[in-house]
Formats: sequence, structure tokens, C-alpha cells
Amino acid sequence: MSKLLEITDLSTHFFTRDGVARAIDNVSLSVDRGEILGLVGESGSGKSVTGFSILGLVDPPGRVVSGQILFDGQDLVKGGERLMRSLRGRRIAMIFQDPMMTLNPVLRIDTQMVETVLAHEKVSRSKALERSREALVAVGISAPDERLQSYPHQFSGGMRQRVAIAIALLHKPDLIIADEPTTALDVTIQAQILSEVQQLCANSGTALIWITHDLAVVSGLADRLAVMYAGRIIEEGPTADLISAPMHPYTKGLIESVPKGKQHGALLTQIKGMTPSLLKLPSGCKFNPRCPRADAACQTEPDLDPVIGTDRHVRCIHPHAEAGA
Amino acid sequence: MIVYLIRRFGQSLLAIAAMAVLVFLGVYAIGNPVDVLINPEATQAEIAATTERLGLDKPLYEQFGIFVVNMFQGDLGTSFVFGRPAMDVILDRLPATMELAMVALILSVGIGVPLGVWAGLRPDSIAGRTIMGGSILGFSLPNFWQGMLLILVFAVLLGWLPAGGRGTTTEFLGMQVSFLTLDGLSHMILPAINLALFKMSLIIRLTRANTREVVLQDYVKFARAKGISSRRVVMVHILKNIMIPVITIIGLELGSMVAFAIVTETVFAWPGMGKLLIDSINLLDRPVIVAYLMLTVLIIVSINLFVDILYSILDPRVRLSEMKG
Ligand SMILES: Nc1ncnc2c1ncn2[C@@H]1O[C@H](COP(=O)(O)OP(=O)(O)OP(=O)(O)O)[C@@H](O)[C@H]1O
Ligand code: SF4
Ligand SMILES: [Mg+2]
Repeated sequence: MSKLLEITDLSTHFFTRDGVARAIDNVSLSVDRGEILGLVGESGSGKSVTGFSILGLVDPPGRVVSGQILFDGQDLVKGGERLMRSLRGRRIAMIFQDPMMTLNPVLRIDTQMVETVLAHEKVSRSKALERSREALVAVGISAPDERLQSYPHQFSGGMRQRVAIAIALLHKPDLIIADEPTTALDVTIQAQILSEVQQLCANSGTALIWITHDLAVVSGLADRLAVMYAGRIIEEGPTADLISAPMHPYTKGLIESVPKGKQHGALLTQIKGMTPSLLKLPSGCKFNPRCPRADAACQTEPDLDPVIGTDRHVRCIHPHAEAGA
Repeated sequence: MIVYLIRRFGQSLLAIAAMAVLVFLGVYAIGNPVDVLINPEATQAEIAATTERLGLDKPLYEQFGIFVVNMFQGDLGTSFVFGRPAMDVILDRLPATMELAMVALILSVGIGVPLGVWAGLRPDSIAGRTIMGGSILGFSLPNFWQGMLLILVFAVLLGWLPAGGRGTTTEFLGMQVSFLTLDGLSHMILPAINLALFKMSLIIRLTRANTREVVLQDYVKFARAKGISSRRVVMVHILKNIMIPVITIIGLELGSMVAFAIVTETVFAWPGMGKLLIDSINLLDRPVIVAYLMLTVLIIVSINLFVDILYSILDPRVRLSEMKG
């Protein structure tokens, strides 16, 4: 059986006044049923745009310009608005970064949940309300009846994110795209929500794309990791392999810049240089101005090639050897 | 909520009281009050009688007290021109102005909000640009000039609609109204459009700006990600948020609509309060001027109070924080 989600050579560009911003360029990704994929990258690397492209929610001046998004065999790029609307919220759900902004401030929680149920199912309002109630209980919200009649501002950030997760779970989707859903929350809540989402997905066999710029957060959660840089996937593979033996110099740099427990106080290596502007990308390998291993060969852009004998892909001409990381 | 209402009510009373002081000082205390309040053609004996009746020989604060007491009894003097209590004269004209203002308000909201939302959703479309261009005209052309242009085109050149007056009126809730007769309605169209144009432009611009802001909010994207129809996204999620500032403006503007109906009423010979005010100023009918000022303040303050209450019903955040406060 084919994978749940298979993205091939997807490019989404923003046609701005200053030029074309290639927010994502030839991105290929796949997620299997029940799998958790961590999508990692710096700010502006194109993680959110990837998520929005899957849902067909890229706002003008942005547009998916080429590529294919096969979801359960259907091409979402060619699918059209009607297909997308039937999938959104029902088979593919999304959780956003900032829980303070995700819920409509002037609508009660029950309104916002019930409409999600009714968008996809012909059930009575009371049935929809009951479903919403159950979803709130499932994400650990106590006194759900009272909560349903509240407005978002009566909730803390963590509670709001729980509500957003409950909404995402209403239709037991096949795939949830979680776009840095814990970044805005404090650390304890972050850990709670992380493990809850993991459990909920495991229980319902839901696949998860967990978007983050924090490698440490996602490495304990994801089955596989994909690292993005300047709108491209530069390395992809099973989490353990990627963390223990990164092959792309950028991935290696990222891992070295994550503080580890025992090295407390030790100097962290930072990746030198700055993320390039999408409007003025370097020629050849996009990482080459910052790359310690760059040489003349890096003036041609490498492809995301499979690494023979492994389940990994890397986009580099001089990758670190797998063993010698 | 009760506390909030009581407090808002108190503020309204304060505003009316402040205006009473101003009107009193302006009309009673400055200049010779005898000249101001008594028909210049009155005989010496009449002047003496009135001076005593009004207590003009008493100290200022006592006079003010009398003014206030009389005002509470609805007694703001007798019109020189009509020989009747000034308040009665004004109240006779009130329905005409209120009717005109209400119809103009309905026009400006009923047309302004949909056009503004449309232009906000598609700011770069031809329709969107045309709406904005039109609103600039409505905004910048002087009101009286727009009115004369309307008369020129629709009354003089095309001959479709009458150029002035109120037409046939009929009894409605004890008031004479035009909008229930065909002839009255035809008389009303042009002045109502004239009075509405400026507000409509204001509402279009405000709605458009708000719509553009709201569509970018995460909660709109999240609503779309839930798979609800775009119709519902606009009609519920977007509209409910933009109605809050729009309601505020409508409230403020309804008050000023009553006040500034003066220009329209003069251009279209509409026998409302505004036209009465201009006539009274020309004829130095001061009691009517005083009555007009006090009544207009009362109307504006009442409308603002009403809008505040409406606002708190629409925006749960205001309601709750004010409830706590
Ligand atoms: N509306 C837009 N107009 C123009 N460019 C845009 C727009 N939205 C996104 N982009 C471009 O796409 C790039 C990728 O944005 P994206 O939001 O996917 O980054 P991200 O990886 O999610 O970053 P972050 O961690 O900050 O959320 C941005 O650098 C930006 O240049
Ligand atoms: S291709 Fe060259 S420049 Fe790019 S990451 Fe690999 S070594 Fe560095
Ligand atoms: Mg993002």
C-alpha cells in the first residue's frame, strides 16, 4: 500500500513586489499511517508554508507552483477547493503555533467546535455538542460543559491549545499537522501537551507532522526527521540515525548547537553566518556560504539523494560519513 | 453588567449636565439675556414681566437652577416665531429628521458593510479598487455639493424624483412619517442618499480595513483549516469580528447624522430639525436654538449609551472585563 502522504517536488512561491520568494522548492516528503515525522528548520526555512501547502491554505501572493501531494492516493494540488474542504478538519487537521490567536475571540468554544463537526457530518446539534464535549474530556479539560460555554479569553494558553487539539481530533483525522504547537507555552505545559498528543495519535493511529525549530523537542517524539533549510529538505531519515550520525553539515551544526544535559556550561557551537534571504539565494548548494566543508564542487546544487544501504536521504556533495559523525 | 450599565448611565447624565452648563453659559449668561430670550419687538412692560419671570435679576447659580428645573419640565422657553413652547416646535420636526437619519443609516450600513467586506476580501480586484475609488469621492466631495448634484441629475435632468419637501406623510406610532407612502418615499430617496453617502464611504473604508486585518488572523486560517465553508468563514468568523468597530462608528455617526442632517435638510428643503435650526438662527428664534442644542445632545448621548451596550453584547471581552471591574 502506498504511504498516507507523499509529497513530490513541491514548490510554493510567493510573488511579492520585491520578487519571487521561493518559500519551498522541490520539497519531497512522505509520512506513513500512524507515523510521526518531525519537520525541523530555522525560522523562515519554509516549515509552515509546507504545512499550509498540504492543506491548500497558502494565501496570495503565494501559490503552489509545481509538484504533487498525494494523500491516500488523491493529488491535493489538482484536487480543487471542493475536495480540499472535505479533507480539511476531517482527514487532515492542523494545530497552529500561537494558541492565543487560533480561536476566534468573539465566538464561544461550543460554536467553534460544533461548526467543525457539522462541516463534515449531518448530525443534530446536540449530537455535535456531545462529540465536542467528549473531545474536550479526551484532551484533559475538566468541567467541559462549563468550558464549552466560555469564550477563548477565559482560557490560559495551554488550555486554548488543548481546545485546538480537541478540535483537530474531532473527526479522528488520518493526519495532523502540528505547527510548533508548544512553542508559545511554558516548559511544563509543553511537555504535557507533547506527551498527550503523542498518546492520542498512537491511540487513534493518526499520523503526525510535528513542525518545530527545536531539535531537542522533536527528537524524543518523532519516528523520522526531515530537516529544512532555505525551502529545501536537506536531510531526512529515522530520528535515531539522524541524531546520532548526521550526514549533512547543517544538521550536524544544528545538533551541536543543542545543549545537552551533561555539558552544562560547555560552549555550544553555533552555525556561523545567517540564513540567506529567499530573494537572494546563493547559487549552487544553498548552505555553501556557511558550510565548513564547502568547495568548488558545491557550486552545483546537489539533489536529495538516497543514501545507499540506509533508509536516509541527504542533499550534500560531501556528506559526513555515516559512521564517522 | 448591572454595575457597568449604571456607570455608563451616570456618565451619560454627566455629559448632558456638562452640555446644559455650556448652553446655559452660551445663551443665558453671555450678552444681555433679555435680548437673547425675549422677542425684540416686545413692549417695555413685557420685558419687565419676562425678566422677572425668568428671574434674571437673581444670581447666576440660581438662574442656572431655574434653567435646569425648567428644562426637566420640558420648558425651554417659547418660540418667538411660532408662539408655542420651543420643545414642542422641535418635537414636531423630530420625526422627519429621525426618519431621514434612520433611512440614511440603513442605506449606509446595508450598502457600506457588504461593499467594504467585498473590497477587503479582494483588495486587488477591479471591483475592490472601484469600490475604494468611489468611497474616496463620497468622502471628499462636499455634502451640499453632492446633494445639489443629485438634484440636478435625478430631479432636474432625469425628472425621476422630486427635488425637495417631504411628500405625503402618514400616521405611524403617533408620528407623521414619509417612508410608508409611495410619494413620501420618493421624496426621501435623494436626501437619504445624500445624508448616507459620506457615512457609507466611511463605513466602506472602515469595513475594508478591518476585513483586511481580520482575514490575516490565525483564527480565520484555523477556521478554514477546520473545513467549514468559506461562506461561514466570512459571515460568522470575519463579520462578527469586524462588526465590533463598525457598530461603534455607526453609533457615533448616527448621532452626528442627526446633527449634520442640517446640510441635507437645507439643500432638500426637508422639514426636519436641522432645517428648523437654520431657520431659527436666521430669525433669531433663540429658545428654539436652545431646545435644539439640548435635544440633540440628549439624542447623541442616548445613542452612544445604546451603542456601548450593544458593543458589550457583541464583544465578550468587553462584557467580562467590565463585569469584573
Ligand atoms: N505571505 C507571505 N508573503 C511573502 N513571503 C512569505 C509569506 N509567507 C511566507 N513567506 C516566505 O516564506 C518563507 C517561509 O515561511 P514559513 O512561515 O514557512 O517559515 P517557517 O519555517 O514556518 O518559520 P517559523 O519558524 O518562523 O514559523 C518566509 O521566509 C517568507 O519569506
Ligand atoms: S553540498 Fe557542499 S556546501 Fe552544501 S552542504 Fe554539502 S558540503 Fe556544504
Ligand atoms: Mg512557521
